Amino acid sequence: MSKLDSKIPEGPIDQKWTKYRSTVPLVNPANKRSLEVLVVGSGLAGASAAATLAEMGYKVKVFCFQDSPRRAHSIAAQGGVNAAKNYQNDGDSTYRLFYDTIKGGDYRAREGNVHRLAEVSSNIIDQCVAQGVPLAREYGGLLSNRSFGGTQVQRTFYAAGQTGQQLLLGAYSALQRQVGSGNVTLCSRHEMLDVVTIDGVARGIIARNLVTGEMEKHFGHAVLLCTGGYGNVFYLSTNAMGSNVTAAWKAHKKGAFFGNPCYTQIHPTCIPVSGDHQSKLTLMSESLRNDGRIWVPKKKDDNRKPTDIPEEERDYYLERRYPAFGNLVPRDVASRAAKERCDAGYGVGNSKMAVYLDFAFNTARYGRTEATKRNIQNPSQEEIMRLGKEVVKEKYGNLFDMYQQITGENPYEVPMRIYPAVHYTMGGLWVDYNLMTTVKGLYALGEANFSDHGANRLGASALMQGLADGYFVIPYTIGVYLSTEVTRMSAEKDKTDSIDKLKTKHPAFDAALKEQTDLINKFLNIKGTKSVESFHKRLGLIMWNKCGMARNKQGLTEAIAEIQALRKEFWSDVRVLGSADEFNPDLEKAGRVADFIELGELMCKDALHREESCGGHFREEHQTEEGEAKRDDVNFAYVAAWEYKGVSDWELNKEELKYENIKIAQRSYK
Amino acid sequence: MGSGHGTELNLTLKVWRQKNSKAAGSFETHQLTGISTDMSFLEMFDVLNEKLISEGKEAIAFDHDCREGICGMCSMYINGRPHGPKQGVTTCQLHMRSFKNGDTIVVEPWRSAAFPVIKDLAVDRSAFDRIIASGGYISVNTGNAQDANNILIPKTDADEAFGAAACIGCGACVAACKNSSAMLFVSAKVSQLALLPQGQVERKERVLKMVEAMDAEGFGNCTNTGACEAECPKGISLENIARMNRELTAASFK
Repeated sequence: MSKLDSKIPEGPIDQKWTKYRSTVPLVNPANKRSLEVLVVGSGLAGASAAATLAEMGYKVKVFCFQDSPRRAHSIAAQGGVNAAKNYQNDGDSTYRLFYDTIKGGDYRAREGNVHRLAEVSSNIIDQCVAQGVPLAREYGGLLSNRSFGGTQVQRTFYAAGQTGQQLLLGAYSALQRQVGSGNVTLCSRHEMLDVVTIDGVARGIIARNLVTGEMEKHFGHAVLLCTGGYGNVFYLSTNAMGSNVTAAWKAHKKGAFFGNPCYTQIHPTCIPVSGDHQSKLTLMSESLRNDGRIWVPKKKDDNRKPTDIPEEERDYYLERRYPAFGNLVPRDVASRAAKERCDAGYGVGNSKMAVYLDFAFNTARYGRTEATKRNIQNPSQEEIMRLGKEVVKEKYGNLFDMYQQITGENPYEVPMRIYPAVHYTMGGLWVDYNLMTTVKGLYALGEANFSDHGANRLGASALMQGLADGYFVIPYTIGVYLSTEVTRMSAEKDKTDSIDKLKTKHPAFDAALKEQTDLINKFLNIKGTKSVESFHKRLGLIMWNKCGMARNKQGLTEAIAEIQALRKEFWSDVRVLGSADEFNPDLEKAGRVADFIELGELMCKDALHREESCGGHFREEHQTEEGEAKRDDVNFAYVAAWEYKGVSDWELNKEELKYENIKIAQRSYK
Repeated sequence: MGSGHGTELNLTLKVWRQKNSKAAGSFETHQLTGISTDMSFLEMFDVLNEKLISEGKEAIAFDHDCREGICGMCSMYINGRPHGPKQGVTTCQLHMRSFKNGDTIVVEPWRSAAFPVIKDLAVDRSAFDRIIASGGYISVNTGNAQDANNILIPKTDADEAFGAAACIGCGACVAACKNSSAMLFVSAKVSQLALLPQGQVERKERVLKMVEAMDAEGFGNCTNTGACEAECPKGISLENIARMNRELTAASFK
């Protein structure tokens, strides 16, 4: 029998959640006050969960490695957040959002979870507006929407190109309100180094105070990992420099299964690499594909300036290949198409590893509309472009500025050069319908779990999922488990050595603390010759070349051997300076890179075992004649949940995916 | 096309080093050669740190995270200006093409009594979190919201509130101010919520509490020099301070 029970409620898809929500066990207010919840990570999922659980009466502690919870990387999300409000009267509905998400994920996500996500999406917008999040408005005072990839309706809410910032600051203010009233204890500049389990149940964490280096023990009745994704395993990604897998990986080594680790999102529109010094990549929002047209020259090695290449000599390859969705195909499709053109020799810029994202066409269109609005008769081309640029600036000003800062080029005048970059990881800790991992009492929310996006995430769905998990799912589902804790606590109340009395004095905490302290000293005592950074770069290159946008058996097999060798070298030759009892960013990074190396191996192993292409996972051996991803639904319609057994040793567990409401089909965006 | 073919710079860096909040600090001088003008300022620091590590010396500690100008974590005081010579950019978005070959660049941490140095260039800005916790929110528990389109907000008000909400909490305003005043930061949040219908109920109480918390953290007074606005990487307007002063006056007369 499978070790995995997804706990999807019975019943029709549109009633599963409402019925479950009304029948889950509750925890009474007095008992909530005696239950402690540890929330690790303060992004959209963490901040919203912590604030909501504290509002409900639980005692909450929040941990983040940044100096303030407001800086979690959700802050950098640009384009928007989806919700099935149907404010545009364009035929949107809960079902359509559900359908688009399942199809967008290339039929590798769970129906039950995704439908719930679509159901609560509207509540998210309501909640955020009530908090004072300044989402974009129309002149009539109503909320504005834009289009995103993989859909044909306008359901994306936004705040210029800073939607993540505004949503996170909303959740952060709700969190700080609870901090101010004493319901949440905030531990910023703290990094979780291990989860403490007793008899297989999560009872707390070990965290390092990053300022003093002090190792701390924290007890909790439940632990929520809201620690984001692991895109930085590739070294170069759009993630923040500090984004890491350590919390999730340590949980994995303590028994939490890792789901679909190879499902990585390579985002099509990022600023290309400019040199060896590159430390991170910057996204140009998918919302730009609303108004930008993607093209390359029809001629190979065309070195003319883009503005000198006439219309008929341009290949708008997305519009050519996918007439129905055009520039708004899902991210995996758009990325592969860009790679295909560049590999075939049509790339642009000095590196030839870029394509154009051109706003001239739509700038002119906006300009003409503005001229009509302002009653300007026979406007000159110059006038039209000037007016159009004003409109474009209002919509995307911050993104255009960012592009200019980084490249030194003016995107109002010349097309942007873009290329795909690692952006998001659909894989993550396996969770059931309650968001609980395979370790009792340990939950994973937001990007840290694997649950809702299948093999490819649609744009503007990450913010939706993070906030859905934190505001509207975990507050209900955590009661299923915590109500049993109340019963247990009552039964054990006279026991002198119960965990409730001992808390962090339980020997399991001391053992975990010692293990992590020893690990830190081990890093410092290797005294090798190569920097932590250099190992990270080398890992990233292996991953990008062999487990990136296109993968094959030979490359993945080689990658596994190379990563194993890199791991050995790391543990014998890494150089970490400074001491353990101080602020030491290099030491922090050593721990993160050590975990990335182990994760990288599992990602390759997962990608190697999945003998099909689906969403972001493209195996060159499995493609259609037109070069599209070719799934194998007979053999691979399952979640691969890997169980850690030891160094380089994992056992595969499968959760079959059942499609009862959506007919599984070849994905087409033509 | 300007990609990947910048020129290279040789630079002298004078960087503040300080072991911890209690130790005395001092400047350390480093020479760097072959710095590409396509690098960001922080990538130049990455190069320097790799060089230090290869020489067996401890890397320079500095705060940074998103490296795309939005998280507000990076915080370097460069040649006497928070976030360096260019207007409207954070340190992470400052690129080396803003410097010339042979330049000497002086880099210090934010300096304010309310922002104690943690190590080298990293400072403690938790005072900002405590100010927000004192009242920088709308008291609405999850689940209490009405339909979002039931609240009509004129576009101009929404845009103005968004302009104030764009603050990234980096603290450049405090670092730029000769009095170490946090008025721009606090007024941005007060303004955002005062401009929106959702913020009206707690309007008076909010400004009183936040100003009280700001004073308790040891930030200085505002003397209207405008340095904060000039150095703010997100263009937060001085008008917010004027609005907060009006809000405070109104709230003081009940």
